[in-house]
Amino acid sequence: MAVKMFDGNGAAVEAIRLARPGVIAAYPITPQSSIAEHLADEVAAGRIDAEYVRVESEHSAMSVAVGAQLTGVRVATATASVGLALMHEVCGVAAGCRVPIVMPVVNRSLVAPWSLWCDHSDTMAERDTGWLQYYCANVQEILDLTLCAYRIAEHEDVMTPAMVCLDGFFLSHSMQRVDTPDDEAAWDFVKPYVRKNMYLDTNDVMFINDLCPTDEHSEIKYQQYVGFQEAARVTKEVFAEYEERFGRKLHTVESYRLDDADVAVVTIGSMSGTGKYVVNQLREQGVKAGLLRICMFRPFPAEEVAEALKNVKVIGVVDRSAGLGAAQGPVCTEVKAACCGTSSKIFGFCGGIAGRDISDGSFRKIFGELTDVAEGRSETCERWFDVKPNAMNIREVDVPC
Amino acid sequence: MQQNTPMNTPSKRRVLGPCSHVLVAANTGSWRLERPEVDAELCVRCGTCARYCPTACITVHKEGDPLDFDWNYCKGCGICANECPKQALTMVPEGGDD
Repeated sequence: MAVKMFDGNGAAVEAIRLARPGVIAAYPITPQSSIAEHLADEVAAGRIDAEYVRVESEHSAMSVAVGAQLTGVRVATATASVGLALMHEVCGVAAGCRVPIVMPVVNRSLVAPWSLWCDHSDTMAERDTGWLQYYCANVQEILDLTLCAYRIAEHEDVMTPAMVCLDGFFLSHSMQRVDTPDDEAAWDFVKPYVRKNMYLDTNDVMFINDLCPTDEHSEIKYQQYVGFQEAARVTKEVFAEYEERFGRKLHTVESYRLDDADVAVVTIGSMSGTGKYVVNQLREQGVKAGLLRICMFRPFPAEEVAEALKNVKVIGVVDRSAGLGAAQGPVCTEVKAACCGTSSKIFGFCGGIAGRDISDGSFRKIFGELTDVAEGRSETCERWFDVKPNAMNIREVDVPC
Repeated sequence: MQQNTPMNTPSKRRVLGPCSHVLVAANTGSWRLERPEVDAELCVRCGTCARYCPTACITVHKEGDPLDFDWNYCKGCGICANECPKQALTMVPEGGDD
Protein backbone atom coordinates (compact mmCIF):
# COMPACT_ATOMS: atom_id res chain seq x y z
CA MET A 1 0.00 0.00 0.00
CA ALA A 2 1.49 3.32 -1.08
CA VAL A 3 0.26 6.88 -0.76
CA LYS A 4 0.11 8.48 -4.20
CA MET A 5 -1.18 11.82 -5.42
CA PHE A 6 -3.93 11.59 -8.00
CA ASP A 7 -6.63 13.81 -9.37
CA GLY A 8 -9.95 12.01 -9.83
CA ASN A 9 -9.25 11.03 -13.41
CA GLY A 10 -5.81 9.80 -12.40
CA ALA A 11 -7.35 7.61 -9.70
CA ALA A 12 -9.73 6.14 -12.27
CA VAL A 13 -6.81 5.40 -14.62
CA GLU A 14 -4.85 3.82 -11.77
CA ALA A 15 -7.79 1.56 -10.87
CA ILE A 16 -8.18 0.56 -14.53
CA ARG A 17 -4.43 -0.16 -14.77
CA LEU A 18 -4.64 -2.36 -11.67
CA ALA A 19 -7.51 -4.32 -13.27
CA ARG A 20 -5.35 -5.08 -16.36
CA PRO A 21 -7.80 -4.55 -19.25
CA GLY A 22 -7.00 -6.20 -22.59
CA VAL A 23 -8.89 -3.74 -24.78
CA ILE A 24 -9.43 0.00 -24.30
CA ALA A 25 -11.81 2.09 -26.42
CA ALA A 26 -12.36 5.63 -25.22
CA TYR A 27 -13.31 8.88 -26.92
CA PRO A 28 -12.09 12.04 -25.19
CA ILE A 29 -14.60 14.54 -23.83
CA THR A 30 -14.17 17.23 -21.18
CA PRO A 31 -13.83 16.61 -18.26
CA GLN A 32 -13.07 12.93 -18.93
CA SER A 33 -10.30 13.66 -21.49
CA SER A 34 -7.36 12.99 -19.21
CA ILE A 35 -8.69 9.46 -18.57
CA ALA A 36 -8.64 8.71 -22.31
CA GLU A 37 -5.22 10.39 -22.66
CA HIS A 38 -3.56 8.75 -19.67
CA LEU A 39 -4.90 5.31 -20.60
CA ALA A 40 -3.19 5.83 -23.97
CA ASP A 41 0.01 6.85 -22.16
CA GLU A 42 -0.12 3.72 -20.01
CA VAL A 43 -0.55 1.50 -23.08
CA ALA A 44 2.26 3.31 -24.95
CA ALA A 45 4.58 2.92 -21.97
CA GLY A 46 3.76 -0.79 -21.65
CA ARG A 47 2.22 -0.43 -18.21
CA ILE A 48 -1.10 -1.72 -19.54
CA ASP A 49 -0.90 -4.62 -22.00
CA ALA A 50 -3.96 -3.67 -24.03
CA GLU A 51 -5.16 -2.96 -27.55
CA TYR A 52 -6.16 0.75 -27.63
CA VAL A 53 -8.88 1.22 -30.24
CA ARG A 54 -9.16 4.81 -31.52
CA VAL A 55 -12.88 5.16 -32.08
CA GLU A 56 -14.73 8.03 -33.73
CA SER A 57 -17.47 8.47 -31.11
CA GLU A 58 -18.78 7.29 -27.78
CA HIS A 59 -21.39 5.17 -29.58
CA SER A 60 -18.48 3.33 -31.20
CA ALA A 61 -16.50 3.22 -27.96
CA MET A 62 -19.24 1.32 -26.17
CA SER A 63 -19.85 -0.87 -29.24
CA VAL A 64 -16.16 -1.86 -29.25
CA ALA A 65 -16.30 -2.41 -25.49
CA VAL A 66 -19.31 -4.73 -25.72
CA GLY A 67 -17.91 -6.73 -28.65
CA ALA A 68 -14.44 -7.03 -27.17
CA GLN A 69 -15.57 -8.03 -23.69
CA LEU A 70 -17.83 -10.72 -25.19
CA THR A 71 -14.68 -12.44 -26.49
CA GLY A 72 -13.60 -12.90 -22.87
CA VAL A 73 -11.37 -9.96 -22.03
CA ARG A 74 -11.77 -7.10 -19.54
CA VAL A 75 -12.42 -3.82 -21.36
CA ALA A 76 -11.96 -0.21 -20.28
CA THR A 77 -13.77 2.91 -21.40
CA ALA A 78 -14.90 6.17 -19.82
CA THR A 79 -17.06 9.12 -20.79
CA ALA A 80 -19.01 12.18 -19.66
CA SER A 81 -22.09 14.25 -20.41
CA VAL A 82 -23.26 14.21 -24.05
CA GLY A 83 -20.76 11.41 -24.66
CA LEU A 84 -22.79 9.27 -22.30
CA ALA A 85 -25.97 10.44 -24.03
CA LEU A 86 -24.55 9.35 -27.40
CA MET A 87 -23.66 6.01 -25.81
CA HIS A 88 -27.18 5.52 -24.47
CA GLU A 89 -28.30 3.01 -27.10
CA VAL A 90 -25.28 0.77 -26.67
CA CYS A 91 -25.36 1.11 -22.87
CA GLY A 92 -28.66 -0.75 -23.11
CA VAL A 93 -27.00 -3.46 -25.19
CA ALA A 94 -24.24 -3.94 -22.60
CA ALA A 95 -26.84 -4.20 -19.85
CA GLY A 96 -29.28 -6.49 -21.69
CA CYS A 97 -26.52 -8.78 -22.93
CA ARG A 98 -25.12 -8.89 -19.39
CA VAL A 99 -21.65 -7.64 -20.37
CA PRO A 100 -20.16 -6.49 -17.04
CA ILE A 101 -18.24 -3.43 -18.26
CA VAL A 102 -16.98 -1.03 -15.58
CA MET A 103 -17.02 2.58 -16.77
CA PRO A 104 -16.00 5.73 -14.92
CA VAL A 105 -18.38 8.55 -15.85
CA VAL A 106 -17.18 12.07 -15.11
CA ASN A 107 -20.37 13.95 -14.32
CA ARG A 108 -21.03 16.98 -16.52
CA SER A 109 -24.22 18.77 -17.46
CA LEU A 110 -26.18 17.83 -20.57
CA VAL A 111 -27.11 20.35 -23.28
CA ALA A 112 -28.62 22.91 -23.57
CA PRO A 113 -27.03 25.31 -22.68
CA TRP A 114 -23.60 23.95 -23.53
CA SER A 115 -21.59 23.52 -20.40
CA LEU A 116 -18.37 21.83 -19.39
CA TRP A 117 -19.18 21.72 -15.70
CA CYS A 118 -20.56 19.32 -13.16
CA ASP A 119 -24.05 18.22 -12.47
CA HIS A 120 -25.70 14.80 -12.49
CA SER A 121 -28.06 15.23 -15.45
CA ASP A 122 -25.93 12.88 -17.58
CA THR A 123 -25.87 9.83 -15.30
CA MET A 124 -29.37 10.44 -13.92
CA ALA A 125 -30.64 10.16 -17.50
CA GLU A 126 -29.10 6.66 -17.57
CA ARG A 127 -30.44 5.57 -14.21
CA ASP A 128 -32.91 3.03 -15.61
CA THR A 129 -30.70 1.72 -18.45
CA GLY A 130 -29.73 -1.40 -16.52
CA TRP A 131 -26.35 -0.25 -15.17
CA LEU A 132 -25.23 -0.26 -11.56
CA GLN A 133 -24.35 3.26 -10.39
CA TYR A 134 -21.97 4.29 -7.63
CA TYR A 135 -21.37 7.98 -6.82
CA CYS A 136 -17.99 8.97 -5.37
CA ALA A 137 -17.55 11.53 -2.59
CA ASN A 138 -13.77 11.98 -2.94
CA VAL A 139 -10.80 10.87 -5.04
CA GLN A 140 -9.93 7.94 -2.76
CA GLU A 141 -13.39 6.51 -3.36
CA ILE A 142 -12.91 6.64 -7.13
CA LEU A 143 -10.05 4.16 -6.81
CA ASP A 144 -11.82 2.04 -4.19
CA LEU A 145 -15.21 1.90 -5.90
CA THR A 146 -13.76 1.22 -9.36
CA LEU A 147 -11.79 -1.76 -8.03
CA CYS A 148 -14.89 -3.03 -6.20
CA ALA A 149 -17.09 -2.40 -9.25
CA TYR A 150 -15.15 -5.03 -11.24
CA ARG A 151 -15.86 -7.64 -8.59
CA ILE A 152 -19.52 -6.68 -8.24
CA ALA A 153 -20.34 -6.30 -11.94
CA GLU A 154 -18.53 -9.50 -12.93
CA HIS A 155 -20.04 -11.61 -10.11
CA GLU A 156 -21.90 -14.55 -11.66
CA ASP A 157 -25.11 -13.63 -9.84
CA VAL A 158 -24.94 -10.01 -11.03
CA MET A 159 -23.45 -9.88 -14.57
CA THR A 160 -24.47 -6.24 -14.91
CA PRO A 161 -22.32 -3.30 -16.08
CA ALA A 162 -21.41 -0.55 -13.63
CA MET A 163 -20.89 3.21 -13.81
CA VAL A 164 -18.56 4.77 -11.28
CA CYS A 165 -19.75 8.38 -11.23
CA LEU A 166 -17.36 11.17 -10.24
CA ASP A 167 -18.16 14.86 -10.22
CA GLY A 168 -16.49 16.72 -13.07
CA PHE A 169 -13.69 19.09 -11.95
CA PHE A 170 -14.74 18.91 -8.27
CA LEU A 171 -13.26 15.40 -8.27
CA SER A 172 -11.88 14.75 -11.75
CA HIS A 173 -9.39 17.62 -11.54
CA SER A 174 -8.93 17.80 -7.77
CA MET A 175 -5.52 16.50 -6.63
CA GLN A 176 -5.82 14.43 -3.44
CA ARG A 177 -3.80 11.82 -1.59
CA VAL A 178 -4.86 8.28 -2.40
CA ASP A 179 -3.88 5.13 -0.56
CA THR A 180 -3.15 2.81 -3.47
CA PRO A 181 -2.78 -0.96 -3.20
CA ASP A 182 0.28 -2.40 -4.89
CA ASP A 183 -0.19 -4.20 -8.19
CA GLU A 184 -0.18 -7.75 -6.83
CA ALA A 185 -2.53 -7.04 -3.92
CA ALA A 186 -4.98 -5.30 -6.25
CA TRP A 187 -4.77 -8.12 -8.80
CA ASP A 188 -5.37 -10.67 -6.06
CA PHE A 189 -8.55 -8.75 -5.20
CA VAL A 190 -9.87 -7.90 -8.70
CA LYS A 191 -8.84 -11.29 -10.18
CA PRO A 192 -8.43 -12.20 -13.86
CA TYR A 193 -11.48 -11.75 -16.09
CA VAL A 194 -13.48 -14.91 -16.67
CA ARG A 195 -16.33 -14.98 -19.17
CA LYS A 196 -19.35 -16.39 -17.39
CA ASN A 197 -22.16 -15.88 -19.87
CA MET A 198 -22.60 -15.62 -23.65
CA TYR A 199 -19.46 -15.16 -25.72
CA LEU A 200 -18.07 -14.50 -29.19
CA ASP A 201 -15.95 -17.40 -30.38
CA THR A 202 -15.33 -18.30 -34.03
CA ASN A 203 -15.03 -21.97 -33.04
CA ASP A 204 -18.39 -22.01 -31.29
CA VAL A 205 -20.59 -19.45 -32.96
CA MET A 206 -23.44 -17.77 -31.14
CA PHE A 207 -25.84 -15.07 -32.36
CA ILE A 208 -25.92 -12.36 -29.69
CA ASN A 209 -28.59 -9.70 -29.24
CA ASP A 210 -30.87 -11.26 -31.84
CA LEU A 211 -34.52 -10.31 -32.25
CA CYS A 212 -36.30 -11.57 -29.18
CA PRO A 213 -40.00 -12.40 -29.49
CA THR A 214 -42.63 -11.01 -27.14
CA ASP A 215 -43.03 -14.38 -25.45
CA GLU A 216 -39.46 -14.22 -24.07
CA HIS A 217 -38.71 -10.50 -23.67
CA SER A 218 -40.31 -10.21 -20.24
CA GLU A 219 -38.26 -13.15 -19.02
CA ILE A 220 -34.98 -11.56 -20.13
CA LYS A 221 -35.93 -8.28 -18.39
CA TYR A 222 -36.82 -10.35 -15.31
CA GLN A 223 -33.32 -11.85 -15.43
CA GLN A 224 -31.90 -8.31 -15.25
CA TYR A 225 -34.23 -7.50 -12.35
CA VAL A 226 -32.88 -10.53 -10.47
CA GLY A 227 -29.33 -9.38 -11.27
CA PHE A 228 -30.05 -6.03 -9.57
CA GLN A 229 -31.55 -7.78 -6.53
CA GLU A 230 -28.37 -9.83 -6.22
CA ALA A 231 -26.17 -6.76 -6.81
CA ALA A 232 -27.36 -5.20 -3.55
CA ARG A 233 -26.16 -8.26 -1.60
CA VAL A 234 -22.95 -8.73 -3.60
CA THR A 235 -22.02 -5.05 -3.18
CA LYS A 236 -22.04 -5.44 0.60
CA GLU A 237 -20.02 -8.66 0.43
CA VAL A 238 -17.41 -7.06 -1.83
CA PHE A 239 -17.24 -3.90 0.31
CA ALA A 240 -16.68 -6.10 3.40
CA GLU A 241 -13.90 -8.02 1.67
CA TYR A 242 -12.32 -4.75 0.49
CA GLU A 243 -12.31 -3.39 4.03
CA GLU A 244 -10.75 -6.59 5.30
CA ARG A 245 -7.98 -6.47 2.67
CA PHE A 246 -7.29 -2.75 2.43
CA GLY A 247 -8.70 -1.28 5.63
CA ARG A 248 -11.11 1.22 4.15
CA LYS A 249 -14.85 1.08 4.79
CA LEU A 250 -17.09 1.70 1.79
CA HIS A 251 -20.78 2.50 1.97
CA THR A 252 -23.93 1.80 0.04
CA VAL A 253 -25.42 4.62 2.12
CA GLU A 254 -23.43 6.55 4.71
CA SER A 255 -25.18 7.88 7.81
CA TYR A 256 -23.55 10.92 9.41
CA ARG A 257 -24.73 12.05 12.88
CA LEU A 258 -28.25 10.81 12.11
CA ASP A 259 -28.98 8.91 15.35
CA ASP A 260 -30.77 11.72 17.18
CA ALA A 261 -31.20 14.11 14.25
CA ASP A 262 -34.34 16.25 13.90
CA VAL A 263 -33.33 17.66 10.51
CA ALA A 264 -31.19 16.01 7.87
CA VAL A 265 -30.08 16.37 4.29
CA VAL A 266 -29.64 13.54 1.80
CA THR A 267 -26.69 14.09 -0.51
CA ILE A 268 -24.97 12.34 -3.40
CA GLY A 269 -21.48 12.83 -4.79
CA SER A 270 -18.85 15.43 -3.93
CA MET A 271 -21.24 17.85 -2.21
CA SER A 272 -21.38 15.44 0.75
CA GLY A 273 -18.17 16.62 2.44
CA THR A 274 -19.44 20.21 2.53
CA GLY A 275 -22.72 18.93 3.95
CA LYS A 276 -20.92 17.09 6.77
CA TYR A 277 -18.90 20.23 7.55
CA VAL A 278 -22.12 22.21 7.96
CA VAL A 279 -23.68 19.43 10.07
CA ASN A 280 -20.68 19.73 12.44
CA GLN A 281 -21.09 23.52 12.61
CA LEU A 282 -24.82 23.24 13.35
CA ARG A 283 -24.22 20.57 16.02
CA GLU A 284 -21.88 22.98 17.78
CA GLN A 285 -24.73 25.49 17.78
CA GLY A 286 -27.09 22.91 19.30
CA VAL A 287 -29.04 22.06 16.12
CA LYS A 288 -29.70 18.32 15.86
CA ALA A 289 -28.59 18.05 12.23
CA GLY A 290 -27.54 14.97 10.29
CA LEU A 291 -26.70 13.79 6.79
CA LEU A 292 -27.27 10.69 4.70
CA ARG A 293 -25.02 10.18 1.69
CA ILE A 294 -26.17 7.88 -1.08
CA CYS A 295 -23.24 6.12 -2.70
CA MET A 296 -25.00 3.20 -4.40
CA PHE A 297 -27.82 4.71 -6.46
CA ARG A 298 -28.49 1.62 -8.60
CA PRO A 299 -29.65 -0.69 -7.18
CA PHE A 300 -31.31 1.90 -4.92
CA PRO A 301 -30.91 0.81 -1.28
CA ALA A 302 -34.48 1.75 -0.33
CA GLU A 303 -34.66 -0.25 2.90
CA GLU A 304 -31.37 1.14 4.21
CA VAL A 305 -32.47 4.69 3.38
CA ALA A 306 -35.80 4.22 5.15
CA GLU A 307 -34.09 2.70 8.20
CA ALA A 308 -31.48 5.46 8.40
CA LEU A 309 -34.03 8.27 8.13
CA LYS A 310 -36.89 6.77 10.16
CA ASN A 311 -36.53 9.08 13.18
CA VAL A 312 -35.72 12.30 11.33
CA LYS A 313 -38.57 14.83 11.44
CA VAL A 314 -37.74 16.94 8.39
CA ILE A 315 -35.56 15.80 5.51
CA GLY A 316 -34.15 17.76 2.58
CA VAL A 317 -32.95 15.81 -0.46
CA VAL A 318 -30.41 17.66 -2.59
CA ASP A 319 -30.55 16.85 -6.30
CA ARG A 320 -27.74 18.01 -8.54
CA SER A 321 -29.97 17.84 -11.64
CA ALA A 322 -33.13 19.68 -12.61
CA GLY A 323 -35.51 16.71 -12.88
CA LEU A 324 -37.60 18.77 -15.30
CA GLY A 325 -41.29 17.99 -15.21
CA ALA A 326 -40.91 15.37 -12.49
CA ALA A 327 -42.75 15.45 -9.18
CA GLN A 328 -39.28 15.69 -7.57
CA GLY A 329 -35.66 15.42 -8.68
CA PRO A 330 -34.45 11.86 -9.30
CA VAL A 331 -32.79 11.34 -5.91
CA CYS A 332 -35.72 12.88 -4.01
CA THR A 333 -38.20 10.74 -5.93
CA GLU A 334 -36.34 7.63 -4.78
CA VAL A 335 -36.00 8.80 -1.17
CA LYS A 336 -39.70 9.68 -0.99
CA ALA A 337 -40.65 6.28 -2.37
CA ALA A 338 -38.30 4.59 0.13
CA CYS A 339 -39.72 6.57 3.07
CA CYS A 340 -43.36 6.22 2.00
CA GLY A 341 -45.43 5.46 5.08
CA THR A 342 -43.10 7.16 7.56
CA SER A 343 -44.10 10.39 9.30
CA SER A 344 -41.03 12.34 8.09
CA LYS A 345 -41.61 15.46 6.03
CA ILE A 346 -39.46 15.29 2.89
CA PHE A 347 -38.59 18.24 0.65
CA GLY A 348 -36.66 18.21 -2.62
CA PHE A 349 -33.92 20.76 -3.28
CA CYS A 350 -32.40 21.40 -6.66
CA GLY A 351 -29.11 23.17 -7.28
CA GLY A 352 -25.44 22.88 -8.06
CA ILE A 353 -26.35 22.93 -11.75
CA ALA A 354 -23.55 22.98 -14.34
CA GLY A 355 -20.72 23.62 -11.91
CA ARG A 356 -22.44 26.08 -9.56
CA ASP A 357 -20.84 25.40 -6.21
CA ILE A 358 -22.97 23.85 -3.47
CA SER A 359 -21.23 25.79 -0.72
CA ASP A 360 -21.40 25.67 3.07
CA GLY A 361 -23.71 28.68 2.74
CA SER A 362 -26.03 26.65 0.51
CA PHE A 363 -26.29 23.90 3.11
CA ARG A 364 -26.80 26.42 5.95
CA LYS A 365 -29.69 27.92 3.97
CA ILE A 366 -31.21 24.48 3.33
CA PHE A 367 -30.87 23.46 6.99
CA GLY A 368 -32.41 26.83 7.94
CA GLU A 369 -35.50 26.07 5.85
CA LEU A 370 -35.74 22.53 7.22
CA THR A 371 -35.44 23.81 10.80
CA ASP A 372 -38.19 26.39 10.14
CA VAL A 373 -40.50 23.54 9.10
CA ALA A 374 -39.43 21.36 12.04
CA GLU A 375 -40.20 24.19 14.50
CA GLY A 376 -43.48 25.18 12.89
CA ARG A 377 -42.41 28.55 11.48
CA SER A 378 -42.96 27.41 7.89
CA GLU A 379 -44.96 24.86 5.95
CA THR A 380 -42.70 24.28 2.96
CA CYS A 381 -39.26 24.82 1.43
CA GLU A 382 -38.09 26.58 -1.71
CA ARG A 383 -37.24 23.87 -4.28
CA TRP A 384 -34.50 25.70 -6.21
CA PHE A 385 -31.65 27.11 -4.14
CA ASP A 386 -28.93 29.61 -5.08
CA VAL A 387 -30.92 30.85 -8.10
CA LYS A 388 -30.55 34.50 -9.03
CA PRO A 389 -33.72 36.48 -8.31
CA ASN A 390 -33.75 37.84 -11.87
CA ALA A 391 -33.61 34.34 -13.43
CA MET A 392 -36.36 35.09 -15.96
CA ASN A 393 -34.70 38.26 -17.22
CA ILE A 394 -30.99 37.50 -17.63
CA ARG A 395 -31.16 37.98 -21.43
CA GLU A 396 -32.73 41.05 -23.05
CA VAL A 397 -32.80 42.37 -26.60
CA ASP A 398 -34.11 45.65 -27.97
CA VAL A 399 -37.64 45.38 -29.30
CA PRO A 400 -37.69 46.47 -32.97
CA CYS A 401 -40.20 49.28 -33.56
CA MET B 1 -42.67 -18.05 -11.01
CA GLN B 2 -39.03 -18.01 -12.06
CA GLN B 3 -37.35 -21.17 -13.32
CA ASN B 4 -33.90 -20.37 -12.10
CA THR B 5 -32.33 -23.81 -12.34
CA PRO B 6 -29.42 -24.14 -14.74
CA MET B 7 -29.89 -26.76 -17.41
CA ASN B 8 -28.82 -29.94 -15.66
CA THR B 9 -27.13 -31.68 -18.57
CA PRO B 10 -23.38 -31.45 -17.86
CA SER B 11 -22.69 -30.19 -21.38
CA LYS B 12 -25.15 -27.31 -21.04
CA ARG B 13 -25.18 -24.25 -18.86
CA ARG B 14 -27.48 -21.32 -18.35
CA VAL B 15 -26.95 -18.21 -20.49
CA LEU B 16 -28.60 -14.94 -19.48
CA GLY B 17 -29.78 -12.42 -22.05
CA PRO B 18 -30.62 -12.56 -25.74
CA CYS B 19 -28.60 -15.07 -27.78
CA SER B 20 -29.13 -18.20 -29.81
CA HIS B 21 -27.21 -21.08 -31.33
CA VAL B 22 -30.20 -22.13 -33.42
CA LEU B 23 -32.42 -19.55 -35.03
CA VAL B 24 -35.77 -20.68 -33.67
CA ALA B 25 -37.14 -17.18 -33.09
CA ALA B 26 -37.39 -16.48 -36.82
CA ASN B 27 -39.58 -19.39 -37.86
CA THR B 28 -41.18 -17.38 -40.68
CA GLY B 29 -43.10 -20.42 -41.90
CA SER B 30 -45.59 -19.76 -39.10
CA TRP B 31 -46.68 -16.57 -40.90
CA ARG B 32 -47.80 -18.43 -44.05
CA LEU B 33 -51.38 -17.94 -45.31
CA GLU B 34 -50.78 -19.38 -48.80
CA ARG B 35 -48.27 -21.94 -50.01
CA PRO B 36 -46.77 -22.48 -53.48
CA GLU B 37 -47.68 -25.68 -55.30
CA VAL B 38 -45.66 -26.83 -58.29
CA ASP B 39 -47.05 -28.40 -61.45
CA ALA B 40 -44.34 -30.97 -62.27
CA GLU B 41 -45.52 -31.16 -65.90
CA LEU B 42 -44.87 -27.43 -66.50
CA CYS B 43 -41.71 -26.98 -64.37
CA VAL B 44 -38.46 -26.93 -66.40
CA ARG B 45 -36.21 -26.89 -63.27
CA CYS B 46 -34.69 -23.54 -64.33
CA GLY B 47 -34.20 -22.40 -60.69
CA THR B 48 -35.62 -18.87 -61.16
CA CYS B 49 -37.95 -19.39 -58.18
CA ALA B 50 -35.05 -20.45 -55.93
CA ARG B 51 -32.97 -17.41 -56.91
CA TYR B 52 -35.81 -14.97 -56.11
CA CYS B 53 -36.93 -16.67 -52.88
CA PRO B 54 -36.23 -14.13 -50.06
CA THR B 55 -35.80 -16.87 -47.46
CA ALA B 56 -33.78 -19.18 -49.77
CA CYS B 57 -36.04 -22.07 -48.88
CA ILE B 58 -36.49 -23.66 -52.33
CA THR B 59 -34.29 -26.56 -53.46
CA VAL B 60 -34.33 -27.51 -57.19
CA HIS B 61 -33.71 -31.18 -57.99
CA LYS B 62 -32.29 -32.50 -61.26
CA GLU B 63 -34.38 -35.67 -61.04
CA GLY B 64 -37.61 -36.78 -59.42
CA ASP B 65 -39.84 -34.13 -57.84
CA PRO B 66 -38.59 -30.82 -59.26
CA LEU B 67 -38.85 -28.63 -56.13
CA ASP B 68 -38.64 -28.91 -52.33
CA PHE B 69 -39.76 -26.13 -49.99
CA ASP B 70 -38.53 -25.66 -46.42
CA TRP B 71 -41.91 -25.10 -44.78
CA ASN B 72 -40.20 -23.81 -41.58
CA TYR B 73 -39.17 -20.69 -43.47
CA CYS B 74 -41.46 -20.32 -46.53
CA LYS B 75 -43.74 -17.44 -45.46
CA GLY B 76 -45.98 -17.74 -48.50
CA CYS B 77 -45.01 -14.44 -50.09
CA GLY B 78 -45.71 -15.66 -53.63
CA ILE B 79 -42.63 -14.17 -55.29
CA CYS B 80 -41.69 -17.59 -56.70
CA ALA B 81 -45.10 -17.92 -58.38
CA ASN B 82 -44.84 -14.41 -59.82
CA GLU B 83 -41.35 -14.96 -61.20
CA CYS B 84 -41.82 -18.47 -62.66
CA PRO B 85 -41.40 -18.14 -66.50
CA LYS B 86 -43.62 -21.20 -67.09
CA GLN B 87 -46.40 -20.34 -64.59
CA ALA B 88 -45.69 -23.72 -62.98
CA LEU B 89 -46.27 -22.39 -59.44
CA THR B 90 -49.68 -21.62 -57.95
CA MET B 91 -50.41 -20.13 -54.56
CA VAL B 92 -53.03 -22.16 -52.67
CA PRO B 93 -54.58 -21.16 -49.34
CA GLU B 94 -53.33 -22.94 -46.24
CA GLY B 95 -55.96 -24.80 -44.28
CA GLY B 96 -58.54 -25.13 -47.09
CA ASP B 97 -60.51 -22.60 -49.08
CA ASP B 98 -62.53 -21.02 -46.25
